[in-house]
Amino acid sequence: MERFYTLAFVAGIGCFAVAFVLSFVFPWMTIDDYHGTQFVDWDQLAKTPSSSFIELSEDFPDEFTAAFPGGVNSENYKEALRLGRDLYIGQACWHCHSQYVRVVSNEMQRFGPPSNVQEYQNALNQPHLWGTRRVGPDLSREYGLRTNGWHIAHLIEPKDVVPYSIMPSYGFYFEENGAPKKEGFALVTYLQWIGSEYVRLDQEAKAKASASGEGGQ
Amino acid sequence: MSSAMTATMTAQPLVSTDGKPLVAYHLVRWHIAAAVISLIISMSAGFLYSLQFLGYFPFVNNEILSPGHFRLIHTNMAAYGWLVNGFTAMCYYVIPRLTGYRVWSAKLGNLIFVVWQFILLATIGGLVMGKAQAIEWGETPTGFRPGSFEMNWVPVDLLVAVGAVLVIAQLMVPIFKARDQKFYVTLWYFTAGLIWLALTYLMGNIIPEWVLPGAAGAAVTGLFIHDLVGLYVTPMGWGLMYFFVPLILRKPIWSHSLSVIGFWALAFFYPLGGVHHFLISPIPDYVEFGAITTTIAIEVVVTTVVVNFFMTLRGKWSALRTNMAIRWFYAGAVMYFITCLQCSFHVTWMFQKIIHFTDWVVGHAHMIMYGTFTFWIFGVIDWLWPRIVKREWYSNRLRGWHFWLSTIGIVIMFTDLTISGLIVGFMQRELNPWSDMVMASIPFWWVRTFSGGMMITGLLCGAYNMWMTARSDREYVEDAHYIAVEAD
Ligand code: HEC
Ligand code: HEM
Repeated sequence: MERFYTLAFVAGIGCFAVAFVLSFVFPWMTIDDYHGTQFVDWDQLAKTPSSSFIELSEDFPDEFTAAFPGGVNSENYKEALRLGRDLYIGQACWHCHSQYVRVVSNEMQRFGPPSNVQEYQNALNQPHLWGTRRVGPDLSREYGLRTNGWHIAHLIEPKDVVPYSIMPSYGFYFEENGAPKKEGFALVTYLQWIGSEYVRLDQEAKAKASASGEGGQ
Repeated sequence: MSSAMTATMTAQPLVSTDGKPLVAYHLVRWHIAAAVISLIISMSAGFLYSLQFLGYFPFVNNEILSPGHFRLIHTNMAAYGWLVNGFTAMCYYVIPRLTGYRVWSAKLGNLIFVVWQFILLATIGGLVMGKAQAIEWGETPTGFRPGSFEMNWVPVDLLVAVGAVLVIAQLMVPIFKARDQKFYVTLWYFTAGLIWLALTYLMGNIIPEWVLPGAAGAAVTGLFIHDLVGLYVTPMGWGLMYFFVPLILRKPIWSHSLSVIGFWALAFFYPLGGVHHFLISPIPDYVEFGAITTTIAIEVVVTTVVVNFFMTLRGKWSALRTNMAIRWFYAGAVMYFITCLQCSFHVTWMFQKIIHFTDWVVGHAHMIMYGTFTFWIFGVIDWLWPRIVKREWYSNRLRGWHFWLSTIGIVIMFTDLTISGLIVGFMQRELNPWSDMVMASIPFWWVRTFSGGMMITGLLCGAYNMWMTARSDREYVEDAHYIAVEAD
């Protein structure tokens, strides 16, 4: 018990390995087994540019082509999503905002349907951005909740939109006149993406159910 | 620990079998200095970030000096700057004394020191340039753009891995040379803790970032945050307590069996609790229940260890008055017990649904990281610094200010954040608008900033005192100090 080899191998490696298996390998295998769980990679995610991305290109045509030469295409959309997420990580948004909805504390009334496994099985959730602190609200049901204009105004000066906000301002991602820079476009695109996987999966499941005649009423 | 052992452990300079000095004192001194500087940076960053919550953040609309960046610097400098430097300094002092062998090489020690401080600078640089990694408490930049191999910064993660391997090699050499001895408790913790550190760091920085998305990755992140605290910081902290408390009190630890239980139960139960950072989440429920049960089990373990230390103090209570290091240690032990007791409640779903995502957790994190482990390192520094620089403490009054400002500060901060967490947690459940929840928190955030100010002031008193001590010309006399403890 008090010898080097016992300490190094039983405690040091053994106990660590047991915990690794029980609290990581087991859940991972369960998740992997979960019906329909599959990884959605970058190309699939970015195949069809979102409507908010297209809208941005229409509302700010000059700035948009300057930031994303070539206009709306899946290559640029992918770049916007990635850059947006990079900024979300780098600016530590995830230390003030969570990205999962629990089934308790009336969170389903406040934010929307609870999180499931599949909606996180994609390239934009590697590493996951669940977060552990909510200074601001959960963002995982942000998709379709606000307009681009709302997000832009809010990111430039949160207080202008929500008077009591203590969220920092991110005006440096926007021009003087409110037009986004590349970073601004990316951040808004990413924010408008969060939660879209849930909606897509939900719609697919419903379509499948009605096609096979179950619960089609 | 026999009293003969205690005596050899304090006499200096000690020599190893080949006639060279046993302890590389310059490394102890450097690492302590680097640790204290890191803590000043970390706490200033935390303080600045807390101003954002009051609407008084000084750098408005500045991409580099944005509040989020200070949040990242705050926690990373606390972990990798303060705790790692601090514990490494202590290991340099303790391990050779317990094993009778020098660390691997003093030159390697110099290299490790330089590499580690470079890592800290590269981390701060990377964080303000927005290159953080999205792993809580492991935000040290990977050096690559997330999800690709495009390099965008110094690969700090890799350097940390190399640095950690070097530290481990450096410290494991004397431990390994002594492998035929029966180890003292401190060495149980250090042996296992160093191995755990390497495994934990690799696991947490590789799997969620490079291998697995979503819920499976989250299970690993939870395990990483948890193991870093439980399998590195905790063993190092307890190892130090087991070494310094008997040494300073000049009596053995009360119960050997409790030490054995404490160690093995920590090794077995602690890492099983990892998933408790993401409860009521898409991670499978049976894993969450396992984590909850083992987390509650840890409370039992903690109690054995704390009881052991308080029984050791029995008959020497007055040391709390006469000996500053003992005062730091036991204040830390009390807060340790409170935090762990708190943990066995708030790990349950009943508490989780209210307090998760609120300031309650932040209060908890500060109580354990500051109130306990930081206090213990402060205690060791208080005892060690005069012996390292060979000068008497410059001012006893400043030592007192350091202790009391820190203690009162953390108690206020903890109470404040706990209450605010409860209020906001219930407001969230009652579907109050978000702006009301923010408004309700603001008075509590004022108190937090105020108590943080007290803690920083305390630290600055301590740091100034260390500086003046090193420069003073009053030679340190070992015996006088023992008489002070023994007299009562
Ligand atoms: C200091 C903590 C903090 C940081 C850092 C932070 N936020 Fe916020 N955020 C808040 C608070 C508080 C609110 C609620 C008040 C409001 O709407 O402004 C909020 C609200 C929001 C909302 C509105 C949600 C809704 O639909 O009502 C969005 C979107 C948002 N934040 C995005 C971000 C992004 C993107 C970042 C990083 C670039 C970020 N936040 C960084 C605190 C923060
Ligand atoms: C001057 C004193 C300090 C102040 C003002 C301060 C302030 C803060 C603030 C504002 C946060 C962010 C909380 C949030 O996300 O809502 C934080 C988080 C944190 N701090 Fe400090 N801090 C101080 C000292 C310390 C010290 C000394 C340590 C450790 C040694 C520490 C460890 C942490 C940790 C681990 C977190 C993350 C908590 C979590 O995410 O739950 N802090 N601190």
